[in-house]
Amino acid sequence: MAQVSIRNVALHFTSRRVGTVTALENLSLEIPDKQFAVIVGPSGCGKSSLLHLVAGLTEVSAGGCYVDDEVVTDPGADRGMVFQNYSLFPWLTVRKNVEFGLSIQKISADQRAQRAQHYIHAVGLNGFEDAYSSQLSGGMQQRAAIARALANDPQVLLMDEPFGALDSQTRTIMQELLLRIWEREQKTVLFVTHDIDEALFLGDVVYVMSGRPGTIVDSVGVTLERPRHYEMVTSPEFIELKRRIMVNLHREVEQAMMQNQEHLIG
Amino acid sequence: MTRLFTPKRSIPRSVEIGVGTAVAGSALLTWCLLSYLQLVSGAFLPRPDEVWTAFVKVLSNGSLFEHMQVSLTEIYIGFFLSSIIAVPLGVFMGSYRIVAAAIEPLVNFMRYLPVTALIPLLILWIGIGIEEKIAVIFLGTFFQQIVLCADVSANVSDDLYRVSYTLGVNRRQVVTRVMLPATLPGVMDTLRVTMGWAWTFLVVAELVAASAGLGYMILQAMRGLHPATIFVGIFTIGILGLLTDLVFKMAKRWLLPWTAAH
Repeated sequence: MAQVSIRNVALHFTSRRVGTVTALENLSLEIPDKQFAVIVGPSGCGKSSLLHLVAGLTEVSAGGCYVDDEVVTDPGADRGMVFQNYSLFPWLTVRKNVEFGLSIQKISADQRAQRAQHYIHAVGLNGFEDAYSSQLSGGMQQRAAIARALANDPQVLLMDEPFGALDSQTRTIMQELLLRIWEREQKTVLFVTHDIDEALFLGDVVYVMSGRPGTIVDSVGVTLERPRHYEMVTSPEFIELKRRIMVNLHREVEQAMMQNQEHLIG
Repeated sequence: MTRLFTPKRSIPRSVEIGVGTAVAGSALLTWCLLSYLQLVSGAFLPRPDEVWTAFVKVLSNGSLFEHMQVSLTEIYIGFFLSSIIAVPLGVFMGSYRIVAAAIEPLVNFMRYLPVTALIPLLILWIGIGIEEKIAVIFLGTFFQQIVLCADVSANVSDDLYRVSYTLGVNRRQVVTRVMLPATLPGVMDTLRVTMGWAWTFLVVAELVAASAGLGYMILQAMRGLHPATIFVGIFTIGILGLLTDLVFKMAKRWLLPWTAAH
């Protein structure tokens, strides 16, 4: 069980140059166990900040994040995270990267190797176990990062635009790969992206976030059947959902841009 | 032909070796021409064969090794003492605001103070023995190493720390599991660069006041009007520096295999 609740969360930044900025305000979200939840929103709306709050990497200014009704105060291995930028440890091989969390938990070398091999296989990195991250392409690095997060067996998987830096063909393949793994693992996933196609293709529910201060303005249940196949992005159902999110998102992006302009002029 | 003059393009290995040898060779040739044709007086520029004779002499009477031993002892002790304190201090300064707040003002004042300006004071305090040379090397490299290591550590990506926390690392483990390996390549580069500076400080200190060492040997040769021996001293320092650099390069390849992997 891993139900994620975000209740009336606010996040303020204070900097000497611009004063206090409200990144998130009065934001609530209930993500049931095993749901694949996707958050889309204009850039700079605080999507990543929201993930950091759930991960416990940033403190909330008000409200709280809960995993199974337990309040989040610190980062922990129960909430694994995959970052947009390739965050493999460059001094470790793929195998050692995937084993990293397990070695922190003092799991025996035998079990470690077994679990690591399982996930290296799951993400299709067989044969690259002893490679360093500098020897891998961007897509392969993200595969390893996903394997590393999953090998730790977290209850919740937080993904911060993990495919944002990949070319579109690689991205499609990675999305399908992620879905295949998720269908087997059945974890609660909180996935952040600005790509509507990606959001609809992956998610059970797509939450649309407003521009700053970020809050949830719409939630769209994705009724497409699983397992999903890439051709589904051309189905009328998909297009209809996409249109609804686009209209919402377009308005938010426009408002965000106007706000920025006022900010610059004012 | 055009690719030889295109920025950042690779060139054939043969050309690479060829031009390197040609430049070094022509420097040697110029020296030979100037000295053997007596275009420059022998009182200023010794002939290569004179330098060789001087080299054989200081080698056979053991004085070269004596001076070398003194210089190497001074530099390695001074450099070692400085490094074992400055490296951790610098790495922490770059990563912990509290350490930066505590030592940054002092470090920034000291790093712009040329250590050569401190030599008279150090002579007054400690004398002209080996301890004073160690002190000069220590003070010369210490503050530079702190600043360079702080830079290395401040440049470690935040995401590496964040991802390690989400994998279950605590605040204490993060030092050994992330900070240390992430800064190691930069620290090695810092050591390599500051080792080069340490040689400069050493020779300056020995030229000002000493009773032994390669700098002292050079100074004595000048007083005795032996330019050939001066050349022997200079070459020795150059070759020792080159060897030290080579050791650092090899250590990096051996200790940090991921930095060479591409």
